[in-house]
Amino acid sequence: MSVTTSDNLPKGRPLTLKLGRDDLMMRGFILVIALYLIITLAFPLYAMLSKAFSTFQFDLSQVELQVSDQDGNFDGTILSAEALNAQLGAIPEDEMATSNDGRLSLTPLFPDFSFRSPVLYKIRGTTADTVYLIGSDRITGTDWHELDSNTFRRVVLRPVQSVGLSNFTTYFSTPSLFRSIENSLFISTVSTIVTVSLAFAFAYALSRSCMRFKGLFRLVAMAPILVPSLLPGIALVYLFGNQGMLKEVMMGESIYGPYGIMLGSIFFTFPHAFIIITTALAISDARLYEAAISLRASAWKTFWTVTIPGARYGLISAAFVVFNLVITDFGLPKVIGGQYNMLAVDIYKQVIGQQNFEMGAVVSVVLLMPAFVAFAVDRQVQKKQVALLSARSVVFEPKPDRKFDRICFIYCTLIAIFILGILGVCQFAALVKFWPYDLSLSLKNYNFDVMDGGGWEAYGNSIKLGLLTAFFGTIVVFIGAYMVDKTRSFRVGRGLFQFLAMLPMAIPGMVLGLAYIFFFNDPDNPLNAIYGTMAILVIVTITHFYTVSHLTAVTALKQMDGEFESVAASLKQPFYKLFARVTVPVCMPAILDIAIYLFVNAMTTVSAVVFLYSTDTALASIAVLNMDDAGDIAPAAAMGMMIFYTNAAARILHLAVSKGILKRTQAWRSR
Amino acid sequence: MLQLKKLALTAIAGLFVANSVMAAELTVYTAVEAEDLKRYAEEFNKAHPDIKINWVRDSTGIITAKLLAEKNNPQADVIWGLAATSLLLMKSEGMLEPYAPKGVEKLDKKFVDKSNPPTWTGMDAWVASVCFNTVEAEKLGLTAPKSWKDLTKPEYKGHVIMPNPNSSGTGFLDVSSWLQMFGEEGGWAYMDALHENIARYTHSGSKPCKLAAAGEIPIGISFAFRGAKSKADGAPLDIIVPEEGVGWDMEATAIVAGTSNLEAAKTLVDWTVTKEANEMYNTGYAVVAYPGVAKPVEFFPENLLEKMIDNDFEYAANNRKAILEEWQKRYDSKSEAKS
Repeated sequence: MSVTTSDNLPKGRPLTLKLGRDDLMMRGFILVIALYLIITLAFPLYAMLSKAFSTFQFDLSQVELQVSDQDGNFDGTILSAEALNAQLGAIPEDEMATSNDGRLSLTPLFPDFSFRSPVLYKIRGTTADTVYLIGSDRITGTDWHELDSNTFRRVVLRPVQSVGLSNFTTYFSTPSLFRSIENSLFISTVSTIVTVSLAFAFAYALSRSCMRFKGLFRLVAMAPILVPSLLPGIALVYLFGNQGMLKEVMMGESIYGPYGIMLGSIFFTFPHAFIIITTALAISDARLYEAAISLRASAWKTFWTVTIPGARYGLISAAFVVFNLVITDFGLPKVIGGQYNMLAVDIYKQVIGQQNFEMGAVVSVVLLMPAFVAFAVDRQVQKKQVALLSARSVVFEPKPDRKFDRICFIYCTLIAIFILGILGVCQFAALVKFWPYDLSLSLKNYNFDVMDGGGWEAYGNSIKLGLLTAFFGTIVVFIGAYMVDKTRSFRVGRGLFQFLAMLPMAIPGMVLGLAYIFFFNDPDNPLNAIYGTMAILVIVTITHFYTVSHLTAVTALKQMDGEFESVAASLKQPFYKLFARVTVPVCMPAILDIAIYLFVNAMTTVSAVVFLYSTDTALASIAVLNMDDAGDIAPAAAMGMMIFYTNAAARILHLAVSKGILKRTQAWRSR
Repeated sequence: MLQLKKLALTAIAGLFVANSVMAAELTVYTAVEAEDLKRYAEEFNKAHPDIKINWVRDSTGIITAKLLAEKNNPQADVIWGLAATSLLLMKSEGMLEPYAPKGVEKLDKKFVDKSNPPTWTGMDAWVASVCFNTVEAEKLGLTAPKSWKDLTKPEYKGHVIMPNPNSSGTGFLDVSSWLQMFGEEGGWAYMDALHENIARYTHSGSKPCKLAAAGEIPIGISFAFRGAKSKADGAPLDIIVPEEGVGWDMEATAIVAGTSNLEAAKTLVDWTVTKEANEMYNTGYAVVAYPGVAKPVEFFPENLLEKMIDNDFEYAANNRKAILEEWQKRYDSKSEAKS
């Protein structure tokens, strides 16, 4: 009888996904790891930002004075320093902004002051917190102090802390500081152009020619990843310094400065550019080349209309990665930069040289800007890259061409000589007894224990740091990536997590390290106890290298079909069983890649840990820096090469283990 | 049963208490060279085996930064072997515990803080000197400079390296000594002229001398102690003491205010001013705080003591920021020409 329409049905509850136990647990995991990233990344950065706005000002209203007549009698008039200055204008307003080490002499308030005169002075603070110095004695409180003229000369006012922008004003009105921005941009731009061009040619030769020894060249090109960025700097000193083996090549120019930084930057960023460009070239479609040939396009034209457009995202991505690496690098300009100031070194100089933490924070904020831009552009490009591959693409197979192959071979040999030459020079320098006066070989430079830097213990610490970082880092990163990839819905949480996981890429190591001091060294922080321990080094290293590890894990997980989860769910298997029995074994190659990536980087990193190591946790990479700083350049080279050999051994071990595990866990791949 | 347990617990607690009286541990911050530290602790433990020293060692700049960063939460009990200029900085922050060590009156007045009771006592002096590489100088046809003023001669253009006062304590003591010797105006005029000859400024104070020892540069402005060590290693160096006089700083000792081990800290500081301790410092440093102790150190320039200027540490500390700012404005902003 009655007609049922959807209109007169009662409104049901809106559809929501019912959360099972698994979902809740997975969300719990996401929250825990997100919390980890917030504590180790967001909070320290916030602490650093607030430090940049913490300013120091002289406050003249904090002191009151009395002056006697020529016979030393006071008439009881109390002079406010502030009023005196308002009257005289003796101390201009812009001199009131200072740093934590600021000291202001009060004698300009008395135009006829002479330290020989018999006039006496009295001084007191107006508040209990007023701090001033008589000579080097610190005086607080509101009691009157009577001083003769000669002692009054030695009175200086200390600044009070407040919040404001004056640190930034100071920064941009100090040419020696803000010129570093220009220097850093210049060096990074030039190094990027050169490195990307060289790496492109190298990758092109490897993927588009039929020359011999490709595997060997690939291996050599990756070698710079295994050493700290400051090692090429040391090699360049031995090559082109005033006592260098090839110093004539420089034609009177100094290697200490832009040339040195650029050459070294090319060396240490080369493998990064090479990897990205190789990937980009590998996905180009052979059908386009066939079309070009049938259209009778010249090789030159084909190169510009097919090859370059096909690799353009890779090139852009490589450019930004190299740019970011160079502008945030600290070790290399420190070793070979000479008088050429760069942003990352400025942070170090401000913090270690002048103990001006606030200005260090300001430079950090400045350094964050270009890094952030580079990061944002790179992310956009990465997104586009994915769309390029299509299912019908045909893999390009190079054909032998004797002339072209020979040119490629010669070019690759030159690059290989450059890379091996740098490493070889370091090893040679490490073995020479006393360059350049006594060229006999000895192991004297390996006697690290009698030198600055932490000795052999530092080397042991580095290995420990590498292992701990690889172990805990891989667990945290992989679980985080798994949860964020496999959790259903929960948009907000996943979005936040993705953002946090991407952020470390944009944070220069120096900035992260400095931020950690501000955050973890605060006595009110319950986590204060880890300051100065190995734990904080492990945490900072994991966080610093989080992004690349996370992306590796996500890529591997994306290759796994969502069906696995559905099947497990319908079989009523909890997700952790699936995770342990299927996901982890299948993703084993990626997991091992993350572990070795973290290990190698923990061994070579300088910038993130330079503010955080303590005497008990000195590291090999820091030892290289400090030995070079003290002028022990040969031992620094020796320690640098120890890092190289360790990383090379770890790589070989990784290769062997991966092969073994691949055989056992990846047999299903080849049916 | 319960009784027994209580008894055992008391005994254990008693043991701990006794233990802590027997063996105090001190966290000592220092910038003394790594190779000397072990010896210092061994010598001290000969006299006081019950106090264990845990060293925290780094370069002067880093230790100073560390102490200042920990201002509100001090980790150190004692500072033993840090530049007096740094200690003055800490004194003005109220971070040091005033204490007159037993026997402090025997020390040279120059080496003791003027406050009463003093907050720090000096150990030994490190003195500015010029390291001159004779082999490289001969190759380049350079004559040996005799004075600071000589270094501004055009023949040395590009052949001199000195430490950057913004990152090196040695660099700062050079600059502050020139300002004291030549006066404000004369000092800056001198540095203007010297800057023309400087190849580059290094971050650390020992590096110029090591670079001179390696022939990387013929003339390195550094300190005598470093030069003597490099010379002993076989470097072709002459250590020149400029005739106008040389700046110096001292390594000094102080108790950190707020230490929970005040008694042990006092014991240590008492020992650091003894004759034995000063004899120990003498192995590396030719000038020590205890008069009449110093024996000549190998390769050390002989006339050094009389050339040391009457250094006004208070002037140096209170004008440090202004001097560094001026220095940075004049010399650090001159970046090298880009090709």
